[in-house]
Amino acid sequence: MPQIAQLAETFSSQIFWLLVFFGITFFVVGRGMVPRVMDTMDSRAKQITDDIAAAQAARDQADKEEEAWRVRENENRARAQALIAEAKAEAAAKSEKKIAAAQKRLDKKLEEADQELAATREAALGEIEEVATDAAQDIVSRLAGVTVTKPVASKAVKEALAHG
Amino acid sequence: MAAEEGKVDPMHQFTIEPVGSWAHWEIAGVDVTFTNSALWMLITTVVLIAFVQMGNKRQLIPGRWQMAVESLTGFVDNMVQANIGKQGRKYLPYVFSLFSFILFANILGLLPLGVAGIHPFTFTSHFTVTGILAVISFSIVLLVGFWKHGLKFFTLFVPHGTPLPMIPIIAPIEFISFMVRPFSLGLRLFVAMMAGHVLLEVLSSFVIDGTNAGIGFGVLVGLPSFLLMIGICALELLVAGIQAYVFALLTALYINDAENLH
Repeated sequence: MPQIAQLAETFSSQIFWLLVFFGITFFVVGRGMVPRVMDTMDSRAKQITDDIAAAQAARDQADKEEEAWRVRENENRARAQALIAEAKAEAAAKSEKKIAAAQKRLDKKLEEADQELAATREAALGEIEEVATDAAQDIVSRLAGVTVTKPVASKAVKEALAHG
Repeated sequence: MAAEEGKVDPMHQFTIEPVGSWAHWEIAGVDVTFTNSALWMLITTVVLIAFVQMGNKRQLIPGRWQMAVESLTGFVDNMVQANIGKQGRKYLPYVFSLFSFILFANILGLLPLGVAGIHPFTFTSHFTVTGILAVISFSIVLLVGFWKHGLKFFTLFVPHGTPLPMIPIIAPIEFISFMVRPFSLGLRLFVAMMAGHVLLEVLSSFVIDGTNAGIGFGVLVGLPSFLLMIGICALELLVAGIQAYVFALLTALYINDAENLH
């Protein structure tokens, strides 16, 4: 077993070189590099945590803004609807008034037309009577040779018209 | 020797020899020959530094190498934090160095470079090496313990809630189990690595000798041994990782004792 057989002649060399190379490993790798590697890992972990926190904050902010927007939007909508209703009511009242005025005007016109019609009719009737009276006088004078006075003829025409 | 009579000496792989005739160095009369063991410590150190350096790009989005290195450091960091707690961070450099140094040494020692004529030397199969590492860990435990708690550190030997009459019996047992720690720590790694390498060597000698003895022995002995070797190789890779992990884990546990007492 060389480990024991060579112990006396090699142990100083073994110990010396182990201390040298393990020492180098410890100071170069352990003290020099490992803290930097750990530092990198830590800073990465920190950055990830920070990023997540920032994302969460941004999300909360967005949620809040959306909520505010919704409230504002609802307000606006309510206001718009009120405005619409008001305009509608106003328009309805206006048109009603207009319709009423137009109706009044029409009624008046109609009445006037009626009156005119009645007047014209009366006039026409009067004319017919006169013409008939004249005709009756004429007919009587020609057929019977009797001269009938106008009132008599008119009375007879009237009678005939009433019966006729 | 391996070449004589076609026999394979399973222990030959653990022989320490200077890498060359120029390598017989001395410092202040102490022999510090640059051996194959030292060479593989150097290779381990270089490979480990290269590996960690490749992953030390400090990018926000890690590439493959950075991911690999960060997984390794993260793994050790988790282990240290789970066992020692928040203040375990300051022991991370040591525990990580220990874990990765042993892990790389174990795995490099398993590489089948012998095919190319380079013979990997697993220095973790020498108790001189594992013993020193264990002693370093144990020294850190003692230093931290006495530094932080002073003489109160001795209360470590009296578990919480021990009845007064039991203390004279419990304390020596605890003391012995405490003092055995560096030995068990060092021996565990050394034995596991040596056993695995010896087993692989013995099985490979079965394959070689069986095949040389004729076709019958080749099929009967060589082939099953070869198949078994494949399995054992996979197992050895596992052991290489587990032993490194156990060494680092126990170190972390012992440091926890010193850091937090009971």
